[in-house]
Amino acid sequence: MKLIVAIIQPHRLDAARQALTGIGIEGMTVTEVRGYGRQKGHTEIYRGAEYQISFIPKLKLEVAVADSRLDDAIQTLGTAARTGKIGDGKIFVLDLEQALRVRTGETGDGAL
Amino acid sequence: MINSGDTAWIITATGLVLLMTLPALALFYGGLVQAKNILSVLAHCFAVACVCSVLWFLCGYSLAFSGSSAWLGDTANLLLASVTRGGVRAGTKIPESVYLMFQMTFAVITPALIIGAYVERIKFGAVLLISGLWLLLVYVPVAHWVWGGGWLATRGVMDYAGGIVVHVTAGVSALVVAAILGCRHEFPHGIRPPHAPWMVMVGASLLWVGWFGFNAGSALSAGGDAGMALLATHLSAATATLVWMAIEWIKFGKPSLVGAVTGTIAGLASITPASGFVGPEAAVLLGALSGVVCFLGVLLVKRVMQVDDALDVLGVHGVGGALGSLLLPFLTLLGGGVALSRGISEQFMVQALAVGATAVWSAVATALITKIAAATVGLRVNREDETIGLDFAAHGESGYHHTAR
Repeated sequence: MKLIVAIIQPHRLDAARQALTGIGIEGMTVTEVRGYGRQKGHTEIYRGAEYQISFIPKLKLEVAVADSRLDDAIQTLGTAARTGKIGDGKIFVLDLEQALRVRTGETGDGAL
Repeated sequence: MINSGDTAWIITATGLVLLMTLPALALFYGGLVQAKNILSVLAHCFAVACVCSVLWFLCGYSLAFSGSSAWLGDTANLLLASVTRGGVRAGTKIPESVYLMFQMTFAVITPALIIGAYVERIKFGAVLLISGLWLLLVYVPVAHWVWGGGWLATRGVMDYAGGIVVHVTAGVSALVVAAILGCRHEFPHGIRPPHAPWMVMVGASLLWVGWFGFNAGSALSAGGDAGMALLATHLSAATATLVWMAIEWIKFGKPSLVGAVTGTIAGLASITPASGFVGPEAAVLLGALSGVVCFLGVLLVKRVMQVDDALDVLGVHGVGGALGSLLLPFLTLLGGGVALSRGISEQFMVQALAVGATAVWSAVATALITKIAAATVGLRVNREDETIGLDFAAHGESGYHHTAR
């Protein structure tokens, strides 16, 4: 099993969810996060004073998938989250040792 | 003889002016600070309103609006001793109880305006002490000079609703407090932007509505003067908003909401001294000028003087109030203006004297008051508390709980 950790633009969340649901991947955890990459941040101006916003709001998606679904999942997610502009985010993949569905006690792929 | 129409309007206006402090100014300022200090700003506004109300009862009203000596009122109305159920305020057709309440709401909002200068770093005890002393040493005497039959009233100064008494006093004092208190630790480059611009807009909108009571209520009657003040107030606010937006659009590429509503307040502060004396054309002209001049005023304090008047009390209120007070004699020439009792240049000199004397007295007295507070309760919270935020450090509360439930 793999854990996909994706940092995406907040306004791409609905598209990402629909795309993953569309290929049969159910389940996602979303967290509001702040960070920077190549985009660095931006400035905002209030009453003539510039404020440096170093950490930009993003969403962190966590999706657990069976090994066989990994490539399909990250391709789908990458396409759904993409706008082509700087700041679209990144997708990381981690090994996932175990999973357990709390209600039934199922483990492994069956718990996903 | 009490006039029920006048009385009904001034009771209504009193409610509107209180609304300007609670919650309008509190929200306007609260949205501009960081999320960790939102409750402290609301608490400052609320507490200042209560402190000044009680002081107004104890001695403030008497020292401002009793007697007719040049410098200060008398003690005839300590504890409101001479106020009776049927008593009528001289020169009006409203009960003295209503008059003193209307004036009380002005005495409440003026020290509250200064809150914008010292947010995010001041001790709560210092807020209470400074506001109380300031009411008695700055607001009360200046209100007496201009409105209570004092030396500026004798010279014929024109200040319809408080360009001098409210906005010049508060604006100059804000700069002095901020300078003595010192900057926030992150000033100027590490300061976080306003945490809730929408809240700033809600506050400004309520201030706008409340200002109808402030300016049109200052007619102290329900008639043509109140109507013209209402009209002028609204037009100045709308024009100043558009001008401020235009400046930002040209200069920065985008018209911000915070900028737009700051323009609104600049237009309202500027028309305040002139509101009942001028017509609609003058109001539009003054509104347009105030958008430009107050925009520059904000930049002057922040960038050139490098004083952390955090929420621009001097740049918006002080500069706006002074601008309207000084231009007033000229603006009466346009359609709908009142006839001056003397030459324009002569009136201008009186206005300039009043603005100057008020600014000097405000600066001197506020410096003294702030030093007294520094020597007794202390001015600043420690650095750790400033970093944590005053909501939790000073009040033990949090404005926003980011928990799952």
